[in-house]
Amino acid sequence: MIGLALKMLFGDTAKFLMLVAGLFFATFLIVQQASVFCGLMRWTTSTLKNVGAPIFVVEERVEQINETNPLRDTDVARVRSVAAVRWAMPLYSGLQRARLQDGSFKTIQLIGIDAASLAGAPSRMIEGNLADLRLPNTVVIDELATQRLSSNPDDPAARVKIGDLFEINDKEARVVGICAAMRSFTGGPYVWTTYQRALEYTPASRKMLSAVIAAPIEGMTADESALAIEKATGLRAYVNRDFGDNPKDFNTSTVWWYVKNTGIPISFGTTVIIGFIVGMAIACQTFYAFVLDNLKHLGALKAMGMSNFRLSIMLIIQAMTVGFIGFGLGLLATSAFAAGALRTGEPPFFMPWVIPVGAFVVVQVICMVAALMGIIRLSLYEPAMVFRA
Amino acid sequence: MVVDVRGLEKSFGEGANRIHVLKQVNLQAHTGEILMLVGPSGCGKTTLLSAIAGTLRVESGTIEVFKKPLEKMSGGALTKFRAEHIGFIFQQFNLIPTLTITENVSVPLLIQGVSSRTANGRARAMLEKVGLGERWRERPNKLSGGQQQRVAIARALVHEPPLVICDEPTAALDAQNGEIVLDLFRQVARSVDRAVIIVTHDNRIFSYADRIARMDDGEIIDVHEQSADSPHFIHDHSDPKP
Repeated sequence: MIGLALKMLFGDTAKFLMLVAGLFFATFLIVQQASVFCGLMRWTTSTLKNVGAPIFVVEERVEQINETNPLRDTDVARVRSVAAVRWAMPLYSGLQRARLQDGSFKTIQLIGIDAASLAGAPSRMIEGNLADLRLPNTVVIDELATQRLSSNPDDPAARVKIGDLFEINDKEARVVGICAAMRSFTGGPYVWTTYQRALEYTPASRKMLSAVIAAPIEGMTADESALAIEKATGLRAYVNRDFGDNPKDFNTSTVWWYVKNTGIPISFGTTVIIGFIVGMAIACQTFYAFVLDNLKHLGALKAMGMSNFRLSIMLIIQAMTVGFIGFGLGLLATSAFAAGALRTGEPPFFMPWVIPVGAFVVVQVICMVAALMGIIRLSLYEPAMVFRA
Repeated sequence: MVVDVRGLEKSFGEGANRIHVLKQVNLQAHTGEILMLVGPSGCGKTTLLSAIAGTLRVESGTIEVFKKPLEKMSGGALTKFRAEHIGFIFQQFNLIPTLTITENVSVPLLIQGVSSRTANGRARAMLEKVGLGERWRERPNKLSGGQQQRVAIARALVHEPPLVICDEPTAALDAQNGEIVLDLFRQVARSVDRAVIIVTHDNRIFSYADRIARMDDGEIIDVHEQSADSPHFIHDHSDPKP
């Protein structure tokens, strides 16, 4: 019966291709758009990924990492005084303008870290020595900066390298290292320097400490330590952990802030829903037309003694088969898109396993609805109808 | 007796639009005979055939096929009964165009749960019997109308049903193919103890019947027995009376 069902399906090439195309587009739109959305949300937390501290202490009203409500410098000492804290260091994080050698300006994400401990430094250096940050007027830039801060970004030979100079707010910055880092949501490349030098690069204001980064003492979890910091200081202490369901996690809090306060999810969500609707419309309409075209033959099978149950199984097999093929091709196309995105670094793309699994379920739901429409139509078809020419 | 129909009543529609299609119909079919149901369009031939085939429920009366009362069977039991006991030949052949003729013929066996390999083997043997053994790989659209009807006959017989139901089997055929098909029907009815019931208003083929039941306005008005020992296909549609 499976062979019979598949031969009937593949035999109608036009409808088969139409069904596969509909499910292909549905899969591609759903997976690609959901993955770009996740990638974009991941970019919003890039500072948390690039500054790998276990705990971020911020002003009590701060809800996400890219929002800066500066603390007093004395707050570093207050956090250090908490018994649950192993170490606590100042962190500067802010957007600044870099002036390039050709006189043009570029926005950068400036990170200032403690010069002694270098806590919050990039985790992987590609070139240069991190300790050279302690030298005067030095910075470590990420790979993107080598291109973005170049006078000619399209020329690989013109890329910024160790020893090159540029200015941040009219103050000299000399590149002593190049590191790997995740891209920022704002698109500006990451530039690390010491905390004191970051304050020099930044126009002065009354409070300039963006956050205090900290680590828990031995035998205590980051959550317990964060709780102790909040109790002792009244500041807000977030744990730096991957996105999950805990609002005390800075990644989770940041992503939800963007979901709730920007139109980004509506934009991507609309496209995903359109993908679902288009897939549903094409699959249901085409599959129903396929059943109608074959109604005479299916009715003959019914008259010859094939039960409604077996006919339903045949339709389900046909629907699931186009679902598998359409989903597979859609995922393949998304993978090709992902390969391009990963090679060039943009657009943002991150595909956790739930996206393809969810899309597969959605596509199969579409196919089951399409099959159900056919099954209902077929069950209403009296076998005696086959005798009426 | 293969078929015993008594007091059959069937209506379609509701209220003022209700049409009484079968009125107290009594009919019997016997082993080894070709029984033709003839009459003008709309007289209830196809409805009666559908009822005998177990594809249509009736309001009153009894239909016994091989002494099994169809009206008392559940839907599932009726479906199984059709699969095991009845071979169908439709006016428009109803061959599935995406399958080869071998696969088409094997369908009744697949419905009965026979393996695909065995079903295909038996289907090819049946195609040999109807003279299409050489063309077993072809799809139906590569065959003439007569050849397609022979495929449909092979499909109706492959599972060796004791009753074969035919709806206007020669309506779409020219005289030459009609004659070939009717000769096949005769062999089918005679070679094993099998009954063939044919609904037709094609007067060219009446001489092939052992009995002819005439219907009009939902009633059987006459059952006529005749010798079908030397049948002939009438090529010019004249003399419809047997």
